[in-house]
Amino acid sequence: MLNSKIKDEIDHWIHKFPEGKQRSAILSSLHAVQHHNGGYLTTELMNDVADYLDIPKIQVFEVATFYSMFQTKPVGQHEIAVCTNISCMLRGSDNILQHIEKRLNIKAGQSTIDGKIFLKNEEECLAACTGAPMMMLDHHYIENLDIKTVDQILNDLEKNND
Amino acid sequence: MTDLNQVIFSNINGQDPWSIQAYLSSGGYQTWKSILTDQINKHSPEKIIDAVSKSGLRGRGGAGFPTGKKWSFMPETSQQKYIVCNSDESEPGTCHDRDILKYNPHALIEGMAIAGFATGATVGYNYVRGEFMIECFPRIEQALHEAYELGLLGTNILDSGINFNLHNFLGAGAYICGEETALLESLEGKQGKPRFKPPFPANFGLYGKPTTVNNTQTLASIPKIIQNGPEWFSSFGTEKSPGTIIFSVSGHVNKPGNYELPLGISFGELLDYAGGMENDKSLKAVIPGGSSTKILPGEIIQNCTMDYESLQKAGSALGTGAVIVIAEGSCMVELLKRISRFYFAENCGQCTPCREGTGWLYRILDRITQGNGKINDLELLVDVANRIEGNTICAFGDASAWPVQSFIEHFFDEFEYMIKNKGKSIAA
Repeated sequence: MLNSKIKDEIDHWIHKFPEGKQRSAILSSLHAVQHHNGGYLTTELMNDVADYLDIPKIQVFEVATFYSMFQTKPVGQHEIAVCTNISCMLRGSDNILQHIEKRLNIKAGQSTIDGKIFLKNEEECLAACTGAPMMMLDHHYIENLDIKTVDQILNDLEKNND
Repeated sequence: MTDLNQVIFSNINGQDPWSIQAYLSSGGYQTWKSILTDQINKHSPEKIIDAVSKSGLRGRGGAGFPTGKKWSFMPETSQQKYIVCNSDESEPGTCHDRDILKYNPHALIEGMAIAGFATGATVGYNYVRGEFMIECFPRIEQALHEAYELGLLGTNILDSGINFNLHNFLGAGAYICGEETALLESLEGKQGKPRFKPPFPANFGLYGKPTTVNNTQTLASIPKIIQNGPEWFSSFGTEKSPGTIIFSVSGHVNKPGNYELPLGISFGELLDYAGGMENDKSLKAVIPGGSSTKILPGEIIQNCTMDYESLQKAGSALGTGAVIVIAEGSCMVELLKRISRFYFAENCGQCTPCREGTGWLYRILDRITQGNGKINDLELLVDVANRIEGNTICAFGDASAWPVQSFIEHFFDEFEYMIKNKGKSIAA
């Protein structure tokens, strides 16, 4: 069941669209639900969204599986996405990603065993090309990365027990 | 040197330029207020569209379609009409819309209101890419809230009888949604799969209603164009490429950045703005308009001016103005493989040539870099690319083919060397 906070958030989005066009609120509803579920979606949650929006379940599933920001399997609590597209690649993003993979002992697309960090397999350019190399940590942009900065970020994440 | 920031970023030097106070004190919303007070004579929709056409403004999202012309396609009808802003910025190398959303959100809001009035759209949606949810989205939401608070949006705005309601929308990570009809599908809550055209959005757009989709930078240019006049705007740039554009310069330069400059400046001057080549390396090649445009070797782009005509004549395109600078020593095979991996990962799966072809392109390039390339692989790559180009519903297919065709055309030796030397790069 969706809690009232999530329902309020979904209602806020539904009101942006014409009467009967609540399907337009699927993406935002899934963002809200995923956020409150620790970063991933479950079949049950997707069904709840479909029921709340009063639309067929398949319409929610097909959106959840099409867009790269939705995770349909459990993932780590904090999401790191290193941009490795062309502008970042030219400025050393592959070394950054390799360093993170080595330090966390996982490959892109996997989460750490303690469930703390999800290293997203990011294929898109994240539109911060003039600050390359860059990554997102829980959707916060961190630009002009070097190994030292990355280590600092990972140290802070590991220390932080929330 | 040519002055920076003369149109879109002309007001972002003070404190908190994103606030409505800063925007108002730099003359912001004057155009919109002037329309609200004199919508019949001075600022009829026809006159606004005429001014935008005369200014020569072309869509800055990559295709370069004349904006005034696009607006004129909107039919006279009593149906609901929509104006949609494409802030789904994701063309590799491009990051100027992000700065507009962050630093000048009110210019976009005012531009959308003007566009809505000119095209008869009383509702607007600003489609912001999902990854901007923490950084840009709260700021454009705050700006929208401020504009409503001052009564600049809504119903019967400032007793003018004009209605315009604007909403921000958040995507969820899909490059293809930057294609305007895929964006509309996504806005309707569906998978972002481009629609077959015609009908074009002006006739069958959002929810099947007449819709104009413009890019963020295009719309953010509008208030100043109407305020200062089309002649003022076209006094920047060249005769055929008027106005300014924000170049996102990335890659091997000393000062990567967004530089708003008149179209038609020389490549050399743009490179000077970006601080010249990193570590004084020599220039090998440039992708001048985002990864979907064709790569140009250094010796060709050095003689180009940065405008629609010159880059087209050189065999590429201005695209989004995302100038990706590549220094000597870079492996062109690895770069192309990365670009092809992106198109393989991001294709929507709808058209067979693109869905299957992008996989072929990536796998062939992968086996070349693994040392398993065959000598006829280069012919095969170009053949596959040629079979995608022109055979798909949207321009994504072309965008996946052009890098392959142009990298192999200009750097054939590097690809051949790697195949003959079992994966060893000539650049290494």
